[in-house]
Amino acid sequence: MRPLLSVQGVSKRYGAHIGCADVSFDLYPGEVMGIVGESGSGKSTLLNCMAGHIAPDAGKVIFDTRADGPKDTVTMSEAQRRMLSRTDWAFVHQHARDGLRMGVSAGGNVGERLMAVGERHYGDIRGKATDWLERVEIDATRVDDRPTTFSGGMQQRLQIARNLVTGPRLVFMDEPTGGLDVSVQARLLDLLRGLVRDMGLSAIIVTHDLAVVRLLADRLMVMKSGRVVEAGLTDQVLDDPQHAYSQLLVSSVLQV
Amino acid sequence: MTEYNFAYLDEQTKRMIRRAILKGLAIPGYQVPFASREMPMPYGWGTGGVQVSAALLTPDDTFKVIDQGADDTTNAVSIRSFFERTAGVATTTATSEASVIQTRHRIPEDALTENQILVYQVPIPEPLRFLEPRESETRKMHSLEEYGLMHVKLYEDISRHGHIATSYAYPVKVEGRYVMDPSPIPKFDNPKLGNMAAIQLFGAGREQRIYALPPYTQVVSLDFEDHPFEASKADHPCGLCDATDSYLDEVIIDDQGGRMFVCSDTDYCTARQAAGHKGKDAA
Repeated sequence: MRPLLSVQGVSKRYGAHIGCADVSFDLYPGEVMGIVGESGSGKSTLLNCMAGHIAPDAGKVIFDTRADGPKDTVTMSEAQRRMLSRTDWAFVHQHARDGLRMGVSAGGNVGERLMAVGERHYGDIRGKATDWLERVEIDATRVDDRPTTFSGGMQQRLQIARNLVTGPRLVFMDEPTGGLDVSVQARLLDLLRGLVRDMGLSAIIVTHDLAVVRLLADRLMVMKSGRVVEAGLTDQVLDDPQHAYSQLLVSSVLQV
Repeated sequence: MTEYNFAYLDEQTKRMIRRAILKGLAIPGYQVPFASREMPMPYGWGTGGVQVSAALLTPDDTFKVIDQGADDTTNAVSIRSFFERTAGVATTTATSEASVIQTRHRIPEDALTENQILVYQVPIPEPLRFLEPRESETRKMHSLEEYGLMHVKLYEDISRHGHIATSYAYPVKVEGRYVMDPSPIPKFDNPKLGNMAAIQLFGAGREQRIYALPPYTQVVSLDFEDHPFEASKADHPCGLCDATDSYLDEVIIDDQGGRMFVCSDTDYCTARQAAGHKGKDAA
């Protein structure tokens, strides 16, 4: 089987400071990879490098495109990369406000990606938008309401609907449950787990919440100071951490 | 006349503007940046259009200015007299006699010819501006042809009003490439933009942009398959000349709710009245 995404030696420096250094891994179709680590460990830098938001200083990010097979997204043209990011990729921001258009109705938010890839039938777009709102458990009657009138959890679910409507194959998530209260988090995780399984999505989830990766991720990478210090199956890493930092991380979680 | 160079601007400035115009004509619908000058009138009064006109005018030209279709409103009168004083060119109110027509918010009802140039005054040249405030981002969207956002605006219109409620400055796509703001003309005028015999130039002074449509360019108004574009106008005949095919202004005539509809194109209306057409409100 060919990996969907193959990251090879990705490094990013901010002047003398290291963002992330020499990160390599393969992600296979249908697999969910978790990246954990403390604040400033380079998780988000790595995610942004992979999603094409920032250009890495070195390394390759090879994505298995539908049309042309594996291609390096770092060296491909910006037009191609942006095309990928609105068709085959999805990016869920920590703050829903970063990923939504707050002045546009929920239906318009979900429909934007459809219209961006050339859909021109209002009825169809609206139908799909309504369908997706229901799939993320937002009442279909709210299709014309603006996200400003939504609660935090609803905004986050709307952001997910907006990203998944074009049927992407790879989802990048940056702390998808950050800033939500625990019961809302649980519902969102449940929803995400269902969507990932139903659609056969591959996902890369950056988080500092070990519960999130325990529930969602098949594999786990632990980062510290820009480097991957430990990688393996999620349960293996969490139940039997080898590296000192992983042990610290796992033991820091409060057992209730 | 001796105090000014011909048509107010100095020759180097006019050259610079002509270069921008030529580039605009070579890439229909593309917004060409230019070094807009301070003009002796406030922004919003047509400083972009005036600069384009100044760069185009020759002593043999006949100049016409339209403001919302009319030749006799403040903006039209002041710009016309500006060029009478600084260029000494002949001016006219008759569409067919003019070689350069500067317009604000209308396209004349009479079809223009290959010997004419239509200059539009543009307040905001960027059709994506109210959807995406970052100039760096809108430029990227134009260069990569990412126009999905334009349809989001139309989608919002339909979801809120049940139909596309945008009635002026209706976005168009030029030759299947650039999405363009046609300036705040009513969407009734949109079909006239395409396949026009005259050259169309758009000048935005404050925003420092010039763009253009060469003659016989394909211009398509954006729409949805199930909500097609419609060129709408008030459903009345003109009160003065009885025309049914021209764009109408609604004029309130008393405080009892009385109103009349008259052609917004005054030249078209007076020519029809002179030819004997009479509407129900004509004296």
